[in-house]
Amino acid sequence: MGNVFVSLLYGFNFYLFGLIAIASALLFVTRKSPVAAALWLVNVMFCLAALYVMLDAQFIGAIQVLVYAGAIMVVFLFVVMLLNLGRGDADSDMRGSVGRIAAGAVGLALLAEVMVLARSRFPEELTLRAAQGLAPVDVTAGVIGPIAGPLFNEYLLAFELTSILLLTAIVGAVLIGKKRVTDAR
Amino acid sequence: MPPLDASQLPPSTLFFLLATVVKMLAIFTLYMVVVAYTTLAERKVSAWIQDRHGPNRVGPWGLLQVAADGLKNFMKEETMPGDVYKPLFILAPALAFCSAMIAWAVIPFGAPLPTPWGRIDLVVADLPIGFLYVLAITSLGVYGIVLAGWSSNNKYALLGGLRSSAQMISYEIAMGMSTVCVLLVAGNVSLNAIVAQQVATGWNVLILSIAAFIFLVAAFAETNRVPFDLPEAESELIAGYHAEYSGMKFSMFFIAEYANVLTASALFVSLFFGGWDIPFTRWDNAGPATVTKSLLTVAMFGFKTYSCVLFYIWIRWTLPRFRYDQLMSLGWKFMLPLALVYIVIVASAILGLDAAGVARTGWAFKGAMGSINLVLLILLFFVIDRGRLISPASSRIDRERVARIRRATDTRSTLGSGEAH
Repeated sequence: MGNVFVSLLYGFNFYLFGLIAIASALLFVTRKSPVAAALWLVNVMFCLAALYVMLDAQFIGAIQVLVYAGAIMVVFLFVVMLLNLGRGDADSDMRGSVGRIAAGAVGLALLAEVMVLARSRFPEELTLRAAQGLAPVDVTAGVIGPIAGPLFNEYLLAFELTSILLLTAIVGAVLIGKKRVTDAR
Repeated sequence: MPPLDASQLPPSTLFFLLATVVKMLAIFTLYMVVVAYTTLAERKVSAWIQDRHGPNRVGPWGLLQVAADGLKNFMKEETMPGDVYKPLFILAPALAFCSAMIAWAVIPFGAPLPTPWGRIDLVVADLPIGFLYVLAITSLGVYGIVLAGWSSNNKYALLGGLRSSAQMISYEIAMGMSTVCVLLVAGNVSLNAIVAQQVATGWNVLILSIAAFIFLVAAFAETNRVPFDLPEAESELIAGYHAEYSGMKFSMFFIAEYANVLTASALFVSLFFGGWDIPFTRWDNAGPATVTKSLLTVAMFGFKTYSCVLFYIWIRWTLPRFRYDQLMSLGWKFMLPLALVYIVIVASAILGLDAAGVARTGWAFKGAMGSINLVLLILLFFVIDRGRLISPASSRIDRERVARIRRATDTRSTLGSGEAH
């Protein structure tokens, strides 16, 4: 009896979070105020995190909230507030009807692409064979290890290259943002 | 070996769900009561520190002051200033409070409780990602303050919100980095596993003191408590982000502050002071679960957490507020590099000990980590710092600047007095 109840709960939650995510995404693109739009985007990220957790990818769920909702969106809000945008309708960046139709068409095309891709078979080289292993994860032994192990052993070079790329971006951002002392004088 | 009875085994799914609901209700109720009384504790302790009596009119020793405050806030008029962004203005106080409360879901507050229907872990949800969940949730705490500041349509409130978001982002990094050392020693991110590791190797505060120090300072900044309460600095910003709030909405921010303090204290205790572990004894950690054990460990956890809360209050009535640039330079130029260097040192120490085949639970591991910690502590506080970095208010550059200004004003005043003669 307990298992039936749990699976019912699971199904209910899956559709619940999916629907909230879609509704929030629609509200996100239709709001005029950037602050309201940013908050709906945060809501979308929450629902995605919930869906990740329901797929037993708890680590990715937590990182989703920590990085996107907790850090990146806060910085977005910070900038919006610093520029004092989002008050009144004058500073809306909504385009005219042509722009809306074009955006809708692009969105529909992307949706159709996803639908087609989800139904089609991938070439043999791209599929992950069972023998290559995605070993089942023993949750009691920790959920971080199975991610950290391959990341710091097999794919160490790629990982380090990515971090150097990020470092380069940070240095670049600091250089662009830096006040030029000579110009000020 | 005696046969295991049902009270020592995990419960059935249905009873597990039921027990979880009961735990949620119990924690929520207790949490609200403790938070309410923490507001009274703040007033009482501040009174004692300033040699006053504090509130003592309502009820015996002023104990019903909390109820009187609550009633007063409910009866007060809710003002809604013109041109506020209404949905967010109303949502913000709730957001500020919620993030502090739901972080409690993963904090273990006692040894498992045996019941006739199965053994119940005294934690609402023992998530395998435990600590990451806490980090994710506490990183959301900033929304309440930022949105309150923005939606109020008041420049002082906006400045408070801006300060708060900058401050929280800055110190969140140092906080996360300081806990990396704890996770390295524990080898797991589940808070239950971290408590178990501290039972085996001794409390983390003894082997990772600098991480505990960074975490504590960052927690003060994250909860917007003195000396880092710049988002509501009343001498500069009226009341900062909650300047426009009144009645129960203001009260929600007030409650949220103490809720945050309580959560930060419970986390600090779980990560560095052994959680519910009773010190100097072994009986509370080994053997079958008993009701006595559960009750005593819960009491121990409460005692430790509340001692930490009292420490927060003590600090508030002891230290003055930082200046904003001091806050930023402390966070970015001192806390963050210190945490990064500390991670490298701790990681290499653990790697070396593991390579030498030292068991993590043995005295050799404890002794080695403890002595490394002692050396680092002496290096940090007596050799590298010498009152310069940790207290930037008394930094050498600042002292020179102050001396220069004083010299300039001295010259001017002597000139002025010369003219008067």
